[in-house]
Amino acid sequence: MSDYDVIIIGGGPAGLTAGIYASRARLRTLLLERAMPGGQILTSPLLENYPGFPEGVSGIQIIEEIVKQGERFGLTVKIESVVSVEDKGKGAKTAKTDRDTYKAAAVIFAMGASYAKLAVPGEDKLGGRGVSYCATCDGPLFKNKEVVVVGGGDTAIEEALFLTNFCAKVSVVHRRNELRAAKILQERAFANKKINFVWDSVVAEISGDQRVEGIKVRNVKTGDEKTIAAHGIFIAVGFRPHTELAKGLVETDEKGYIITKDDMSASGEGFFAAGDCRKKLLYQFVTACGDGATAAFAAQKYIEQLR
Amino acid sequence: MAEGILQLKDDNFDKEITQAKGVALVDFWASWCMPCKMVAPTVEALAKDYAGKVKVAKVEVDEAGETASRFNVMNIPTLIIFKDGKEAGRVIGVTPKEELAKKLDALLK
Repeated sequence: MSDYDVIIIGGGPAGLTAGIYASRARLRTLLLERAMPGGQILTSPLLENYPGFPEGVSGIQIIEEIVKQGERFGLTVKIESVVSVEDKGKGAKTAKTDRDTYKAAAVIFAMGASYAKLAVPGEDKLGGRGVSYCATCDGPLFKNKEVVVVGGGDTAIEEALFLTNFCAKVSVVHRRNELRAAKILQERAFANKKINFVWDSVVAEISGDQRVEGIKVRNVKTGDEKTIAAHGIFIAVGFRPHTELAKGLVETDEKGYIITKDDMSASGEGFFAAGDCRKKLLYQFVTACGDGATAAFAAQKYIEQLR
Repeated sequence: MAEGILQLKDDNFDKEITQAKGVALVDFWASWCMPCKMVAPTVEALAKDYAGKVKVAKVEVDEAGETASRFNVMNIPTLIIFKDGKEAGRVIGVTPKEELAKKLDALLK
């Protein structure tokens, strides 16, 4: 068992930024990431709203730079999957991974979130056969095909715009009659001839045998149903926080988001949360970084008062 | 590219996988797919752990579109496990190594 001051779980922008701040504070810092540093932003081809990059920056590029920055200050990153976290009292937490168990005074949860499912017939059966949650991963496989995008937020509209690079036609199905996405994205989408909108509608069923063939949608105002012929459906209807590890240790809301104070401290002493796994107003790269910095600073204060 | 991993295309896929005996793990991927890069180290580790027991192969979908289409691979990364040439399971997206190992172990019994 190895000893650290702080363990950060999750290597997205929140966790990595916490890692930079904690390392610069000369805390012995361990960041545990289950797959590869970056998280959801890796699938973003162009991050347009992060300050300092007037032409935008790709998710991959900015993550590579942040990882280098962490290494420069002595951040230890291990690619291991955390299985459980235990609270053994004041300043004594453990994180058990698939390989080892690590001890630290404080833990920062930064596990992020991933897409939510629609929970309609056909979604699971046709998963990987036309049902997708990542346009930048799968879009090019739908060259010259007709596809449906579900959702009205930033992710949905960004995906719809991205898909017009490959697909013949993109139908955006949204349960309301207006979009939630940033206005600049709306302007681009409304101006794009390949995109059409199916308002006030929800997906009732995804049909197909070996692969997606059609999307049955229902108008929530009239109750009318129709089927859109499509080879693919890209689902962007919100997120689900990855907070299973924090269960029982800290308070969460009904959706599973960790509740924190302004200093990112969670209800359990010595536990902090940052980024998309935390309940907050705005889920963005820039706010994840801000959370990470604050969480690392608060963890530093916590550790200092233990000494 | 890691040792022990076959790179398959449309012309040699059947010979190595569907017409072959034993257990095989095939990773369908593309260079533009970030989650595929996240899965790659897992596939490499499995190739090492199961050397001599499981045939591990990669199929780049841009290079082997016919094979990808034949198996209805419409999302990547998709990992398909074959037993004696027949599909015995598939997982989509970034999957922990232990979960894949369990599936392989069950077929090796």
